[in-house]
Amino acid sequence: MEFFLQQTVNAIALGGTYALLALGLAIIFSIMGMINFAHGELMTTTGYVLMFAGLAGIPFALAAPIAVVCAMLAAMAMERLAFRPVRNSSGATMLVTSFAVAIILQTLFQNLISKRSQPVILPDIFAQSVEIAGLTIGVNQISSICVTAVMLVVLNILLKRTAVGIAMRAAAEDFPVARLMGIRANAVISGAFALSGMLAGVAGVLWVAQRASVDPLMGFVPVLKAFIAAILGGLGSLSGAVAGGFALGFIEIYLTAYVPETAQPFKESIGLGLVILILLWRPNGLIPAKALGKEKV
Amino acid sequence: MLLSTTNLTVGYGAVEAVRGIDIDVAEGEIVALLGANGAGKSSTLNALVGLTSIQAGEVTFDGMVTNNLSPEQLVRRGLTLTPEGRRVFAALTVEENLILGGYTLGTRSTAFTDNLSHLLDLFPILKDRRQQLAGTLSGGQQQQLAIARAMMSSPKLLLLDEPSLGLAPQIVEKIFELIDDLRAAGTTILLVEQNVALSLDIADRGYLMASGRIVTTGSGAELASSNIIEQAYLGAGEGA
Repeated sequence: MEFFLQQTVNAIALGGTYALLALGLAIIFSIMGMINFAHGELMTTTGYVLMFAGLAGIPFALAAPIAVVCAMLAAMAMERLAFRPVRNSSGATMLVTSFAVAIILQTLFQNLISKRSQPVILPDIFAQSVEIAGLTIGVNQISSICVTAVMLVVLNILLKRTAVGIAMRAAAEDFPVARLMGIRANAVISGAFALSGMLAGVAGVLWVAQRASVDPLMGFVPVLKAFIAAILGGLGSLSGAVAGGFALGFIEIYLTAYVPETAQPFKESIGLGLVILILLWRPNGLIPAKALGKEKV
Repeated sequence: MLLSTTNLTVGYGAVEAVRGIDIDVAEGEIVALLGANGAGKSSTLNALVGLTSIQAGEVTFDGMVTNNLSPEQLVRRGLTLTPEGRRVFAALTVEENLILGGYTLGTRSTAFTDNLSHLLDLFPILKDRRQQLAGTLSGGQQQQLAIARAMMSSPKLLLLDEPSLGLAPQIVEKIFELIDDLRAAGTTILLVEQNVALSLDIADRGYLMASGRIVTTGSGAELASSNIIEQAYLGAGEGA
């Protein structure tokens, strides 16, 4: 029982990070109809900002928000430079553009910083753990869970209580009519990228806090996972992205914990097999988007 | 003239949907734009609000040439459209739809608060269902919401595209009464409608379109008494 609870805490922590990443993908997809595969490079950007901040002696408490802001600015720059010129193109064009952006950034990180993994200086507290009700829980896991919870609440308030948030949801449902309301396309899309950059930044800080290192390809795997999570939850649906993120986190952690030693090499395949089974049962995802397939932008 | 078009031509690729039309709308009028399906009425409205690009001709609104303005810019100048099929934001609440309607005023402005309370009084059903998702409203209620949403921006000219489409007859009459009330309260209206009789009842003037051209124009009463409208509808039916 204790082992199970321990693994559940792990699953919530990992699932939360996937959920934040999947949410970032879903926000952009719901508004632009594009999967931004360069989302992972926003995470990597956060990692390098944390690394340089650590080398410069900036305390982590200050470096973390700076890193998140950098990810937001990077996301907005990405939109302005790479995605705006192809905004009215086909989905395939936008997808390829996002791959190109990802690869350009990876190459820049490799050539301008280092091909190898770089250590990130973290406060000692992240290596510690606390006893809660007989369970040993790492500080980084607790912070992961708390930060995810706070982010989900903040995002919910932003999207439901502010005019800009309501405008974003409207634009995701019916972009031409949103423009008839006087909602500026550029502002909404730029805002959506800022929001998704913030989510990628927060996820990046959590990811680096677990690993204490950063490398040029760091963002690829988590974003691929987040993409799976977004599809599992229902592509374009925000609550679906959160559900899919947590579901994938639970699947991965429980498989690692309970699959016998000899079958461990196959756990990724088993995990993806489960995802396929879920999608066979619910082809539109766990919580399908309400109004997809309409005109974008 | 609040709005006038000269030789307005609108097309999608090689297809010309609107072929050089001249329309005038004076302040305080209800002008009806009539015609069979495919006559070019909706294309005209979409071009006027900047959703479809104009191929040739000129549109002047409120003393300014607006050919190249976007919908976002035009709504700030006082021109807005209630699109065909209502197109309320189904996943948003009634109140959120109205908030978006008044987006350009700024949600903290007094104009916004005044408009919201005024429109909720004018549409009691929307007041009752303020927190309900717009997608759960009936067709007639959604049409009221679509009109109220457009009125939130205090437009000088409201374009209405097929407000009666798909609604029960009693509801249609209510919607037309409402349109008449809006004009009485000072809003100028350009109305595109299938329901010719009711439209000409409330319209000061009307234009009849067929195959992208204006076939005839006149006062509401003149058009109602002539048989040219009937011919236009039948003629288009033959062609199709």
